[in-house]
Amino acid sequence: MASTSGYSIRDSMMMKKRDEFQDLLEERRNSSDLRYAFRCYSPVLYKELSPCTASSLKNLVLRSDQLRFVMSQVCQETGRAVVDIQEEASAILEEMAHNLQLSTVRFFAFTLCKVFKTLFRSICVNEEGIQRLQQVIQEHPVVLLPSHRSYMDFLLMSYIMYTYDVALPVIAAGMDFMGMKFVGEMLRMSGAFFIRRSFGSDKLYWAIFSEYVKTMVKNGFAPVEFFLEGTRSRTSKSLTPKLGLLNIVMDPFFKGEVFDLNLVPVSISYERILEESLYARELLGVPKPKESTSGLIKARKVLSEDYGSIHVYFGEPVSVRSLSQGKIDRSQFNLLPRHIPRRPSEEISSLVNDTAYRLVRAQEENMVLQPWVLLASLLLQSHHQNQVTALDQLTEQAVWLRDLSRQFGAFLHWPDDVPPSEVVSSSLSLHRGLVKISEGRVQLALDQAEQSDPEEPPRAATPEEELLSQAVTVLSCASYRNQALHIFLRPALLASAVLAASSNNKQEVFNSFSFLRNMLSNEFILCPGATVQDFEDACFLLVKTGALQVSQQEVVVTETGHRTLAFLTSVLDPFLQGYQVVCRFLCEEATEALTEKQFVPAVRTFILKLLLAGRLRYTEVLSSDLQKNSLAALMRLGAVQKIKGAEPGTLKVNKVMVNSLEDTLGGKLPTQKAAVARL
Amino acid sequence: MAASGSGGSDRQRVAQQRLRIIAGHLRRPADDDWAVRAAECKAPQSESSAPAEGKKTMPRRRQEIMKWNGWGYNDTKFLFNKKGQTEFTGKRYRLSGMIVPGLQDWFETTFGASVHHKSPATTTLNSSAVPPPNLNEAFVEELKSTGVPFSHDAEDRVFRANGHCLHEIFPLREGKIGRVPDSVVWPNCHNDVVKIVELACKHNVCLIPFGGGTSVSSALECPLEETRSIVSLDTSQMNRILWIDEKNLTAHVEAGIIGQDLERLLNESGYCTGHEPDSMEFSSLGGWVATRASGMKKNVYGNIEDLVVHIKMVTPQGVIEKSCQGPRMSTGPDIHHFILGSEGTLGLVTEVTMKIRPVPAYQKYGSVVFPDFEQGVACLREVARQRCAPASIRLMDNKQFQFGHALKPQGSSIFTSFVDGLKKFYITKFKGFDPNRLCVATLLFEGDREKVLQHEKQVYDIAAKFGGLAAGEDNGQRGYMLTFVIAYLRDLGLDYYVIAESFETSVPWDRVLDVCRNVKARIVRECKERGVQFSPLSTCRVTQTYDAGACVYFYFAFNYRGLSDPIHTFEQVEHAAREEILANGGSLSHHHGVGKLRKQWMRDTVSNVGIGMLKSVKDYLDPNNIFGNRNLY
Repeated sequence: MASTSGYSIRDSMMMKKRDEFQDLLEERRNSSDLRYAFRCYSPVLYKELSPCTASSLKNLVLRSDQLRFVMSQVCQETGRAVVDIQEEASAILEEMAHNLQLSTVRFFAFTLCKVFKTLFRSICVNEEGIQRLQQVIQEHPVVLLPSHRSYMDFLLMSYIMYTYDVALPVIAAGMDFMGMKFVGEMLRMSGAFFIRRSFGSDKLYWAIFSEYVKTMVKNGFAPVEFFLEGTRSRTSKSLTPKLGLLNIVMDPFFKGEVFDLNLVPVSISYERILEESLYARELLGVPKPKESTSGLIKARKVLSEDYGSIHVYFGEPVSVRSLSQGKIDRSQFNLLPRHIPRRPSEEISSLVNDTAYRLVRAQEENMVLQPWVLLASLLLQSHHQNQVTALDQLTEQAVWLRDLSRQFGAFLHWPDDVPPSEVVSSSLSLHRGLVKISEGRVQLALDQAEQSDPEEPPRAATPEEELLSQAVTVLSCASYRNQALHIFLRPALLASAVLAASSNNKQEVFNSFSFLRNMLSNEFILCPGATVQDFEDACFLLVKTGALQVSQQEVVVTETGHRTLAFLTSVLDPFLQGYQVVCRFLCEEATEALTEKQFVPAVRTFILKLLLAGRLRYTEVLSSDLQKNSLAALMRLGAVQKIKGAEPGTLKVNKVMVNSLEDTLGGKLPTQKAAVARL
Repeated sequence: MAASGSGGSDRQRVAQQRLRIIAGHLRRPADDDWAVRAAECKAPQSESSAPAEGKKTMPRRRQEIMKWNGWGYNDTKFLFNKKGQTEFTGKRYRLSGMIVPGLQDWFETTFGASVHHKSPATTTLNSSAVPPPNLNEAFVEELKSTGVPFSHDAEDRVFRANGHCLHEIFPLREGKIGRVPDSVVWPNCHNDVVKIVELACKHNVCLIPFGGGTSVSSALECPLEETRSIVSLDTSQMNRILWIDEKNLTAHVEAGIIGQDLERLLNESGYCTGHEPDSMEFSSLGGWVATRASGMKKNVYGNIEDLVVHIKMVTPQGVIEKSCQGPRMSTGPDIHHFILGSEGTLGLVTEVTMKIRPVPAYQKYGSVVFPDFEQGVACLREVARQRCAPASIRLMDNKQFQFGHALKPQGSSIFTSFVDGLKKFYITKFKGFDPNRLCVATLLFEGDREKVLQHEKQVYDIAAKFGGLAAGEDNGQRGYMLTFVIAYLRDLGLDYYVIAESFETSVPWDRVLDVCRNVKARIVRECKERGVQFSPLSTCRVTQTYDAGACVYFYFAFNYRGLSDPIHTFEQVEHAAREEILANGGSLSHHHGVGKLRKQWMRDTVSNVGIGMLKSVKDYLDPNNIFGNRNLY
């Protein structure tokens, strides 16, 4: 069922012609910022908008049937006084609500202008996307779903909307911003509303939060903006979408409270990410600094650096009505008052889930890839093979990879009017913190990684510290490679499957593909239930590039296909190795009392040992992201269980199963017959 | 009517009386000659005997006074004249003979239509296009011996093969004839019906009851799969009031009587039923019972199920009726409810005892303007909550208000248009109502003068809380006029490439706005997706209020130029609109019925078990499917 709603690469490659970009900063460099900040701003609005202020919005929420129902429920369950609960409710709402004001946005527009002009060479936006957005904003409520790679994202979004006279969005933000006193309020006035990171089973909080969001959607108050991935991706891979907010915004459609709703995926790609090494350290276990105003000021030193350009692509609006057609029977709400909360039905849950994946895939697909992303992939591979590449060799490889990725449908921003060698060298120079060029040879700058922190006095480093500092560079570099992973993922899964399968038999290759895909589906965006489609897409792409021949019965590598397959398998190899290491850890080192909390530090120690002993090639396996994903995969497959023992979250490992998974991943065991899908 | 030649003056009098009923909505009540006539006609009523035959409105040959491929009387239609004005011909209505200056402009801008692009209808019926009758000779022979009049005439048969759905009328305008009944029978009384049904059972003939012919559910269409001879049972000649019981305020009436005759005859005795469906000029009592009809003034008088006290129906199994006329009974499931809404599938309703009321002393129209539709609905909801709804209260959306406005006849004096101008200025400029958002509620109050005035104040006070402003009687009256002339207007549209239809639903209060918004938007979207070149008219009104919900009535129309199969497109849009209604918690029908048009949704509507129950009743009453119109399920 889900495969019909899946996201077909072939379809989208054939259907889509991507829009052109326009640089937004160019005009800003040539005219007054002040005048720009005070310009007449008159966006087109939702045609059925009933005008409403930010504060009357709160009243609407507090008086809603939904909230009143939940309040009286809480009242009965806890025996607390009504007034008490009402006060709590308005306090929660106060803490949550935005206070969107044009003046603040103007202030930000002015400041951001200055900041953006120093940080970035250009901010490129597809204006056709903006025009499409303006169209749909008039017709139906709109939800904006940008990718999330940086703190910049949401200010950038509002900045763009202001510039193009589009209705300013209200943005769901995590509570952590609230810690920054002044900034928190500023953000609130520029349209952010704040949600606690976890509110577990707090019924009242949930009711207020969902009603607040729904009210804005229903009234068409403003486009609602949130991040499907829930948090910034530290690895530049798209994260598995979170469904909570998506469920909430789609609900008014299912209940007939709006005629339709448009979901607009927005892909924001940074040539150089501001938080680059910050993320790497976080993944290596240096905890994330709490957001604070002073921290932000300290971050000023970043102002002196060149962060290249930003590309923002407003994707095709997706109509929830069209998505639901034939899948959702809206009359399921006929027999119960709609304000009584209840669990979404199975059909709705599955549609929301499919939609979430589909939108993240759309984000990925419209993400602009810089040449550097390809270079990073190549440099990492040669690093893993302990090779140092000559510059012209790198250029040759990059051109080859450029052509390959284009054939795979990548949205590559490679200037064709510039000689490839120049493209390569200018990319390398923008990322000079990560690469070292000497005597015409390029490699990762492993020894420079720590230089960026001059406050620390240089001292002799332990081997462990040295390794970690190298790992910062490797992980930073990997985060750029990761940007391109969605392009290579399916062919790479197939390439690895061909390698792992014991014969050329198509069914066997498929089984192996299916196993790998299933194993890695916490790591990458792989739409649930779309195994067959992904397999066919992968076959299509590799046949198209001449790397494989696929018949009814067989999958055969061609003469010329080896280079492509070698590249693709080594793209996936660090992940496969990483998962095996985690399995080994669980079999060999895990104690009875290991809890989920202790897992990451413990597995990290284990991996460090292996790396130092030279038994593991891939430093990037140190990434806590990979470790958590593999644990999640093992739990999903039932090889590890979380039990409610003495310590909450104790992990119970099924060693036989984990062991066999490890062996299968390592190619020592043949793939079991695919349980779910057959070709 | 008066066909037997009861003289010009008689004819005129009948016409005038009928007019008065309609005029109740179209002009001020209590004109002088009303009082006079009421007194004059009271005399012959005392006996239980039938009123004089000459007063029948509906002749056996309906085509003599009515259109065979359009709505209403032959002499009445809208047309755009050469001076660029719109005329309403004939003498039957208040609007008749008047000029409607704003209509053409509204028509052309709303639909992108032009008076230069005509799509006229075939005027005369080509009898050779009608398939020859498939007669059951034995049945015909025996029928002859009963003396009940019947006919195999092509015109008679064609006239009874359809109701007034667009997809029924459109082909007729092009002269296309589908399956039609093979003969038409005109029973004169209950016993005639008993004989006909017996014969039909004996000779296995399919019977399709035909009352006023105003169905909009494809209920009258002959099933294509029917191979037996089809006989249309035209009840129009069973049109007598058999007795009036003033002690119990009931009247016993033959079921073929049409609404306007029933009201006219009762008025002569100082009574009324108060049951006024929009089709009451032509629809029949039996039809109301068979479709669970609803009248405009149901807030005072009730719907048909509240009005009937006793029903007599002839079924293939025999006659069904209750043994007494107690006002309420606890005697198992009410057998009336098997009959109400049975849509001619179980038998023919022949006689009905109905509640009657004294003619109200005073009637008053009114209207309220609201800044937007949301406020208007909130007001109607509050009125229903306080249970103080006037005889009729309807809320038109902005589009329908503008439509109604376009129907304003040429102003009688400069003064009225001056006052109108002032009113408009006050509402839009002074009160800040957006002319493209405001909407209007129309009101009709009935009863003692004093109570009406008191009631009026109560309703206007509630309206004021929702931002409503009183907008005069004229607006109100025109609102009700729209419902009586709308079907004539459809024929005008059809003359200029515009097709139109109406449909209705009932819906809980909390869903009213959602249904209105979503269904209208769905129509617009579907039209666009199906290649309709011009944006459609998609408008609605909340037309009845109940304790737990409301009835919503939709009009939709579009210019079909450039479409290869407009009827198919139209049906797809209509289908989608119904799907949208159901998805949003609306009902399959409030009062039009299911017929064949909506039967695909019946199972979901009443559940499998529900269908089983209905079928088992059918199996018992009519195992051979004599009443074979195949409506409902």
